[in-house]
This record gives sequence, C-alpha cells and structure tokens, in this order.
Amino acid sequence: MYTQALDTHGKEPLPAGEGGAVAQRFQARVDADEKIEPKDWMPDAYRQTLIRQISQHAHSEIVGMLPEGNWITRAPTLRRKAVLIAKVQDEGGHGMYLYSAAETLGVARAELFEQLLSGAAKYSSIFNYPTLTWADIGAIGWLVDGAAIMNQIPICRCSYGPYARAMVRICKEESFHQRQGFEIMLTLARGSAAQRAMAQDALNRWWWPSIMMFGPSDADSKHTAQSMRWKIKRFSNDELRQKFIDITVPQAFFLGLAIPDRELHWNESTQHYDIGAIDWAEFHAVLKGNGPCNRERLEARRGAYESGRWVREAAAAHAAKERARTASTGGSTAQTGRT
Amino acid sequence: MNEEWPLFEVFIRSRSGLEHKHVGSLHAADARMAIEHARDVYTRRQEGVSIWVMRSADIIASDPGEAEALFEPARDKVYRHPTFYVIPDEVKNL
Repeated sequence: MYTQALDTHGKEPLPAGEGGAVAQRFQARVDADEKIEPKDWMPDAYRQTLIRQISQHAHSEIVGMLPEGNWITRAPTLRRKAVLIAKVQDEGGHGMYLYSAAETLGVARAELFEQLLSGAAKYSSIFNYPTLTWADIGAIGWLVDGAAIMNQIPICRCSYGPYARAMVRICKEESFHQRQGFEIMLTLARGSAAQRAMAQDALNRWWWPSIMMFGPSDADSKHTAQSMRWKIKRFSNDELRQKFIDITVPQAFFLGLAIPDRELHWNESTQHYDIGAIDWAEFHAVLKGNGPCNRERLEARRGAYESGRWVREAAAAHAAKERARTASTGGSTAQTGRT
Repeated sequence: MNEEWPLFEVFIRSRSGLEHKHVGSLHAADARMAIEHARDVYTRRQEGVSIWVMRSADIIASDPGEAEALFEPARDKVYRHPTFYVIPDEVKNL
C-alpha cells in the first residue's frame, strides 16, 4: 500500500458540532485510545476525512498494480515472476480491504470507483512514474514499499477500528514486498557493470518521488493538527520522511549505490541525515495530473472497468436466475448452514 | 454504474478447533462467488481452513446508543466471577 498525505488537496471539512456534549464524549473516547466503530456517533468532518483518506489509500493500491504489472511477463526468472504476481495480487487485496473499510462509513463502493475513474479522486503520486527497466521493480519494492510501511505502521493504531484493522493486515503482508525489492537491488548491485548501472539508474529515478510520498512539508500541511487530534495521524509528514531517510541511506551504502543528492550528509548535531531541497513543483504537477503516466494509468483503469462490465453483468444475471429458480423450487443449490 | 453486487461479511476459521472470526467484507454476485472471492482476498497466506459468508444486510446488530442499557446491568454483578469469593489459602483445589 501506499498511503500518502494528500489531505491538503481536498476540501477542508470543519469540525462540526464542536463543543456539543456528544462531540466532547467522542473526543474523550479518542483521547482515551478507545476505537471508534462504524455505528458509533462521530463528527461528520471525522467521517468525511476518513472516507477521503481511506479511499485515496485504496485507489493507490489499485493503481499501484499497474507499474509493477508491467513487468510480470518480463520478469527475468520463474521465481521472480511468481513473486511479482504474488506481490501485485497483494496490492489488489489491500485495495479490497481498504474499500471495505471505507464502506463501513456509509459510502458505496460504486461511488468510490466512480471517483477514481472520473479522475476526481487522488491517489499516491508515485504511481504516475513509469517502470522502464527490471531494476525499477527492485527500487519500487525497496523504496516505495519501504516508504509506504513507514507511513502505514502508525495507522495500525488509528482511532477508527475498521481502518486500523485493515492496516494491521496490510502491514503484515507488506514486509515481504520490501524485502523482495531489496533482494532484486542486491542481486543487480552484485552483478555485472551493466546490472549495477541499471540499479543506480533506478535509484536515481525513484529516490525523490519516494521522498515525496510523505506528502507536503509540515509547514504546508494544513490538516495535520486536526488529524492528530482525532488520532487518524500519529506523526507529521516530515517526521516520517526523516525516519525513512535515516534508515534507507545506510541500505543504499550497503548496496554500493549513490543517493542522487549532492547535499545529502550526516548531521552530527541532530543525528539525522540532512537532504537537499525537495522539488515541490514536481510533486504538485504530478498530483494535478501532469506526471509522466497520469493519463495512461487512468486509461488503464477505465479500460479494465469497461472490459469487465460484461462479466459483472453476466454474474449478476446468473445470480438473479438462481434466486428465481430457488424461490420456485423451494430448494437451494448453495451449501447453507454452519459448517 | 450498474446495480452494485451485494455486500457480504466474511468469517474465517483460522484452524480447526478455533471459532470463525469476522475478517472483513466484500462484494459478490452470489454466495458462491463470495466464498471464492473471500478465498482470494482473505486467505492468500493460509489464514483459514473454513469460510463463512453472509449478506451484510442480513446482520442484525445491537444499537450503540443502547449499549448502556444492554451491558450496564452486568457491571455490578461481580459475584459472577470466581475471584469475588474469599477462600483461605490453606484450602486447596477450589
């Protein structure tokens, strides 16, 4: 998965009913680390924020299958191919867990699909970059899934029960994604000069977009305070970004690859790595739909939706027929009862 | 958009001897497809040996607003727990 702090780009929902007794009781429960469940009272702004965040997260999983799916037929070995299929299938599964969590808030899945296909919904900017070589599959697993894990682990403790539970399941599955990516990078880094060059090129292209996955800097992130108060978010974008940089830079050293940032250096006084300036113009351009692959990604999703239409309709027609047949004979063809 | 496939809740028995546990929900045209989808969505890593699905619309749930009325009466009945009873230490096997 790939959540991203995109919430600066939606409409700002103002906390409704603030100050009311119910609202105070709600906040007290959140403060006490109690989970909020679907049928519990919640402020409308909390509900809307969650619907937006969870559905963006789900869309990111679904669109995220595209850049990697691009390499399934060209994976260099049968082992790599089996692994990549499993990983892409996991991403699809993560999308399903998340859509199901979003639906508990009262939004229909069809509506969420509609938002994705119409281009109204956002998804993580990272998937609008192309996968040009096999090394990109390694770089995605290592960096993109690595950044995603960093973002997602705190969401396992989110105040909204269904989102937190979906996230626990996702995080359990995500670790293999990152490790298989690093293994690809390691194999290339220990290979021929051409393979090392391919790994370096992939790192050059994926480093900055991965750094941007943490969203705008704290100074430009309007919603952080409210999301933290609601315990939807536990750490700020910059905190998570710094953590990711600090653990990833030594991994690049181990691979013998160079991080594409001349200003990168260890800061003895803060005990963190300092990085050069992030190109926020690029980030905003990609989010607005002007990344290298935005149009291609949406066309692929729309194509999949349209070419699957007859299957959905046939299955629905078959189910209706079965129901009619069961009703007329009084029997059932499906296995029922507790087994 | 067409009419959406109905929503099903999914329950998985992780291994024999344990109860089925709610894991999430999914859309399917019918019960059989719901089982097949549940297999793909919720048991990719041998998480289960048995699956139950049921239409979400068929679940009848208690109202969180009535939680107090439903569950509060049990709160002061601590005598339903064995630790409520004081037994001298020298008495064994009790």
